[in-house]
Amino acid sequence: MTPLTYIRASDRADALARAGSDGRFLGGGTNLVDLLRQNVERASALVDISSLDGAIRESESGGLFIDASVKNTALAAHPLVRSRYPVLARALLAGASAQIRNMATVGGNILQRTRCMYFYDVDGARCNKRQPGAGCDALYGFNRYHAILGASDQCVATHPSDMCVALAMLDAVIHLSGAAGERQVPLTDFHVLPGDTPQIETVLKSGDLITAVELPPPSDATVNSEYRKVRDRSSYAFALISVAGGLALADGQVAQARIALGGVAAKPWRARRAEQALVGRAPTPDAFLAAIREDLIDARPLSGNSFKIGLVERTMVAVLTALAGTNA
Amino acid sequence: MTKLQNAIVGGVRAVIGHVPASWLPGGTPDPLIDKRVALGGQQTRIDGPDKVRGAARFAAEVPMKNLLYASFVHSAIARGRIADLDVSAAEAAPGVALVMTHHNAPKMAVPPPIGMTNLKAAGNHTLPIMQDAKIRWNGQVVAVVLAETREQADHAATLIRVGYEAVQARTQFEEGKASAYTPDSMLVEKNRLDKGNAGQKLAEAAFKIDAVYTTPWENHNPIEPHASTIVWQDGKLIVHDATQMIHGTAGSLAKIFGLKVGDVQVSSPYVGGGFGAKGLWDHQILGVAAAKLADRPVRVALSRASMHRLIGGRTQTEQRVALAADADGTLKALLHHGYGVKPLHSICDEGFSLTGRSLYACESFDIVQHYVDLDLLANSFMRGPGETPGTFAIECAMDELAHAIGMDPIELRRRNVATRDPVSGAPHSQSAMMEAYDLGAARFGWHRRMAQPGMRREGEWLIGMGCASGTFPFMRMPGTSVRVTIDNSGDVHVASAAHEMGMGTATVQRQHAADRLGLPLDRVTVTIGDSSLPFASFAGGSSQTASLAAAISAASGKLVAELLRLAGNDTPLAGLKPAEVEFADGGLRGVEDPARNESFASILRRSGRAELSVVGESGAPLEIIKYSMHSTSANFCELRVSEVTGEIRVNRLVGAFDCGRILNARTATSQFKGGMIMGLGMALTEETLLDERSGRIMSTSLADYHVPVHLDVPDIDILWTDIPDPRTPLGARGIGEIGTTGVAAAIANAVFNATGKRVRDLPLTLDKLL
Repeated sequence: MTPLTYIRASDRADALARAGSDGRFLGGGTNLVDLLRQNVERASALVDISSLDGAIRESESGGLFIDASVKNTALAAHPLVRSRYPVLARALLAGASAQIRNMATVGGNILQRTRCMYFYDVDGARCNKRQPGAGCDALYGFNRYHAILGASDQCVATHPSDMCVALAMLDAVIHLSGAAGERQVPLTDFHVLPGDTPQIETVLKSGDLITAVELPPPSDATVNSEYRKVRDRSSYAFALISVAGGLALADGQVAQARIALGGVAAKPWRARRAEQALVGRAPTPDAFLAAIREDLIDARPLSGNSFKIGLVERTMVAVLTALAGTNA
Repeated sequence: MTKLQNAIVGGVRAVIGHVPASWLPGGTPDPLIDKRVALGGQQTRIDGPDKVRGAARFAAEVPMKNLLYASFVHSAIARGRIADLDVSAAEAAPGVALVMTHHNAPKMAVPPPIGMTNLKAAGNHTLPIMQDAKIRWNGQVVAVVLAETREQADHAATLIRVGYEAVQARTQFEEGKASAYTPDSMLVEKNRLDKGNAGQKLAEAAFKIDAVYTTPWENHNPIEPHASTIVWQDGKLIVHDATQMIHGTAGSLAKIFGLKVGDVQVSSPYVGGGFGAKGLWDHQILGVAAAKLADRPVRVALSRASMHRLIGGRTQTEQRVALAADADGTLKALLHHGYGVKPLHSICDEGFSLTGRSLYACESFDIVQHYVDLDLLANSFMRGPGETPGTFAIECAMDELAHAIGMDPIELRRRNVATRDPVSGAPHSQSAMMEAYDLGAARFGWHRRMAQPGMRREGEWLIGMGCASGTFPFMRMPGTSVRVTIDNSGDVHVASAAHEMGMGTATVQRQHAADRLGLPLDRVTVTIGDSSLPFASFAGGSSQTASLAAAISAASGKLVAELLRLAGNDTPLAGLKPAEVEFADGGLRGVEDPARNESFASILRRSGRAELSVVGESGAPLEIIKYSMHSTSANFCELRVSEVTGEIRVNRLVGAFDCGRILNARTATSQFKGGMIMGLGMALTEETLLDERSGRIMSTSLADYHVPVHLDVPDIDILWTDIPDPRTPLGARGIGEIGTTGVAAAIANAVFNATGKRVRDLPLTLDKLL
């Protein structure tokens, strides 16, 4: 770790002013501090924003407005999240460990970086994300946790967040504050695929700060929702794959389906083809399977993760079948 | 190990075979087998309160003035040489006191290797350390930075620029198999066992299975990473270390640095888990060298990543097991061939092929194992070395054979369980594996198991039950000594350079000494953990308790003689011979006439002595040559497998152990449970991700190397037969390692029972079950 300056921001304007060109905002530090300690990232200054306002309130439209510094634990426990967006509560609780969730913030969770082991091994491995043009050791190395969708030959890393998969399913909107003022970006557009520039992971611009996440008003398909994470041990393991599903039925047919996948791409993967294919169909396992295959047609498995295609299919079918049962 | 060793061991065995049992250690059963007061109880750990309060000082916490902190730079290639090395930026960095590389490191001898011939040696490899530019494995230390704070040292380490000239390294297991070597011996056994024409019996058998089982590289992850606080004082060396080899470390450091053995002190009162890993590795040696160069005390505390690069792991194994049986289940042939990795510079054996030689009677054997020599870090011992991967292969194969015959797996074992050593014919000292099975099966509810796989279901979850045997040999180390001192108030003080890694060493030996010397617990103290105390062998091979017990027992014999001599003629004991007295009520008394007695305090007072001190020693373990001495266990598992995701969740584990008498029910239960949890990790999650392209370990954190979390660990029931072994001190055999053996097989067998899928490749990750 390179020596750096630690600044505790008094408010949002202070934080933005003091970040400077090379400064980094510090939330819970559960990922960033590791990255700094291992020299994967370097920063001249850390601007601690974890003590800024962290409120959760109902928005005027009936949605939910969540400040970026809200802790994962607090968000998962919030009554409105539990009743209106259960998929989000479950995704949060599936993540990390209780201790880490007590520290981690919503903003930091969105910005956490891939857990690809080659990305973290500064001395011993090549990584295009860490050092553009260096090469990718994961491509033919240990890539069991890596992407099957939207990857490139430059980078096959996945985004590790559970929370973001639920947020993608819920059509969450990210509120940003930066040099150019305030703006809003749908979460599904916030993370970008690697292409030839895997070092670029989001649409954030230098000096931008995530200030809040807004959830649209609840609907039948957000209330009747579920998150299922498949992993190598019962806790404290990243998703091999995960499925966030929501289902609304009307007259025995699918009125709305919401599906997002985790552990399959550099961003939470909204399965829009499946969602569209299911509208108006009877909610049967066969229909669910046929639908998700529409999205998985594009899957390009690597040497160590071809099992993910079938695993996504089975898990998605199980999640939606259960939701169809609850909704019936 | 050599042909010469085979000849020596063979010769000693031939001689001992003719020696009457009563002449050997354990010839007369230890009276404390039955005469127990404190032993066998639930005595809490002596060190518990200090550990809970944080008052117990571990090696990285020892206060030290003027301390420097070490950080390591590790090689990023597996083989070659350092071409250029720029340390100028590091030397100029804030707080840096020293950068040590092969250019300025002091001369150091090669570590003397650990082994039975030199009990004061602890080296896990025989490579020169920082003496030249050569790189021998990916992760080798190429530079040590000392700075005023750990953070400064870590930062400066990142400023060092190393250029390498790499050459083609041998890092591929599959490729290496072609040039594998075959050692002459495996521990004290001949490696190759060919008896009874196994090949022909296999060909002719009514039922047979023939399969390959693989286990991955595994790495140590004790809760306390390796650490040392090192100070040179007036030409003498003091190392506060986290070690399970106190005297071995002291003796080795003396050799390496050209010191007298008496000039090295190693102190290690508490160790936060050892499991075979806490021996002598490069970090202590480099820390001592750097402290010498800098002329200041040094603290080395390994990061998790450094641990994976510097502390060896358990080799991957590939084991072919073929079993043949007739229709009633009688074993006709047992074939066990396999490969592990053991670089030529590596000392530790992973003798997985020993497992099948002791568990079951069989008409013929064909057993041999080979080692692949790769450019990798040396192996270490890891809980249950040999038997842990060995039981996975043998015990899965037994389950497969039972299924092929259509026989209950426990019944198959009952029909074949060894009643004497299956290879040498030596009698067992004591062995009751099937009693353990009976105990375990009753507690577990084995009768509820469906013989046909895939028959029990709860929603998407398939439920299965499995069982497997565990085994580990008895060992007692020669030379382990204790000093027993009786002070003038009649209290007893036991001292030995023994090790406390969480197992309850001092707690149990305090119980032992109290019972041996006829005192209540509160009049006995036990001091361990420092090389200034009488020699103790390493805490390994599940041997420490038996070795210390033998030493205390020997000391008690000397005490009787000394006390009678001091008591003289003016005592109720006058005229009694050592064989006619016993310890009771803090003194000696006549066996025939208990009214003839005198307390320790009275004897010492009358003789004008402030204290009486004797040293007792564990002698040569000749009993293990005369007798076949193994602990055994029966492991049971119930688990569920998701039909949707392939995820395995273990519902219950039951372990029933036949390890002689249990000395402390509380600490023993904890040891067994810990061992079984390690077996659970081996079965389900643990796997070192060694990138064979580079020889580099990628899984260097607890996030990437998956040990079980609390949620993975189910209720574990522990039972034991408690049948004494008449040939061992206290009737007990070691319990430290057997808990890990057989667990992975029980789990894999339960997975088969649940799903009908036979996975022979650990760990049992969900992708193998989809």
